[in-house]
Amino acid sequence: MTTTAADLATGITLFAGLEDRHLELVAGCARLAHFPAGAFLCREGRPADALYVLRSGRVTLEVAAPEHGPIVVQTLTEGDTLGWSWLFPPYRWHLDAVAREPVAALAFDAACLRAKSERDHELGYQLMRRFSQLMLQRLMATRLQLLDVYGRGSR
Amino acid sequence: MAAAEPAPGFLAPRPCRVAGRRRETADTVTLRVDAGRFGFRPGQFNMLYAFGVGEVAISISGDPGRPEGLVHTVRSVGMVSDALCRLRPGDWIGVRGPFGSGWPVDLAGGRDVLVVAGGVGMAPLRPAVHALARRRREVGRVSLLLGARTPAQVLYAPELRRLGARAGIDVQVTVDAATTDWEGHVGVVPTLLGRAAFEPARTLAMVCGPEAMMRFTVAELRRLGVAEESIWVSLERNMHCGVGLCGHCQLGPVLVCRDGPVLRLDAVSALLGVREV
Repeated sequence: MTTTAADLATGITLFAGLEDRHLELVAGCARLAHFPAGAFLCREGRPADALYVLRSGRVTLEVAAPEHGPIVVQTLTEGDTLGWSWLFPPYRWHLDAVAREPVAALAFDAACLRAKSERDHELGYQLMRRFSQLMLQRLMATRLQLLDVYGRGSR
Repeated sequence: MAAAEPAPGFLAPRPCRVAGRRRETADTVTLRVDAGRFGFRPGQFNMLYAFGVGEVAISISGDPGRPEGLVHTVRSVGMVSDALCRLRPGDWIGVRGPFGSGWPVDLAGGRDVLVVAGGVGMAPLRPAVHALARRRREVGRVSLLLGARTPAQVLYAPELRRLGARAGIDVQVTVDAATTDWEGHVGVVPTLLGRAAFEPARTLAMVCGPEAMMRFTVAELRRLGVAEESIWVSLERNMHCGVGLCGHCQLGPVLVCRDGPVLRLDAVSALLGVREV
């Protein structure tokens, strides 16, 4: 199935506001991917070769901890973005991502996105802006998690 | 919502019997107190006295439509709350109240409502959820977003899901961390706001939990376009008298026991996060 720029323009918050020419470039890197329940979308340490935007299903981001079993640190569902490791060397995943139910996602080829961003720095800037915002939100959420606000002594 | 005038004799605890006790989580207990018919507004609190130990402010967590049973959910975090948590049916408990302001349930008509709770902050919001369920046809979309540390510490989850299903309330639960057998959401409670259906311009938000959680939630609500005048928070300070006489709970110009605990955000937003107060 081919993803069109119009699909991206209307359906994905991450790409909201991109110019049509940039949407065309991004759409050229996309394909539709399906994962059955239990499948890994990515594994820690492996090459980060894609950016995923979930269309349906539920994915858990996990850290493998042999003494405890996997610890889930975040859940992603429809509309959520998975992956920024593809943006930065050495382009390897930092976490495991597991489909907890059948997942449909748009998968954007990382090498394709990087190459287009190198050729068109305005596209690269727009993507970096969007991922910076996403990382800021995730960083703030992580800080709140680290505060352990529900620990003993709190309300 | 404005606080009511305290009733005569408001400084003397009324001895009551504990009629029931239910363990909610490892450190949290719900007490049903035989206090006769006990009217209150969602969000108000009582001063509960563990005889021989001390007194502490605890929000009323029962259904305001069923005032025949006074209900409090208490988390054991200190000497007094620990003593309250150890009470059994038939034991005596002292009750003063109800005190303070309530959630603006009356303003919910025709609006979308977000109820955002963290940890035991669900207890003061539970009466508001019951009240909203009763007024369900008058209110727009209602979402209850509940956060907890782990799945074992989610308060009232089965009851809230039943109530949600019955009343058409979208109930979403998230935890800060979990193992893979948890099928719910993992992440902090503000991340649920992006998954709730509401129109920011006509949304009324009620937020209760640890203050850091409320600050992060308020920041996300603002980012999504909800006005400060439509956000209400419940604050917790060192309440003693319950009626604004002693000043222990002062927060700038606000006496939390009398003017709060439920306050519109624009009345306190400049004070939240100020270390000196």
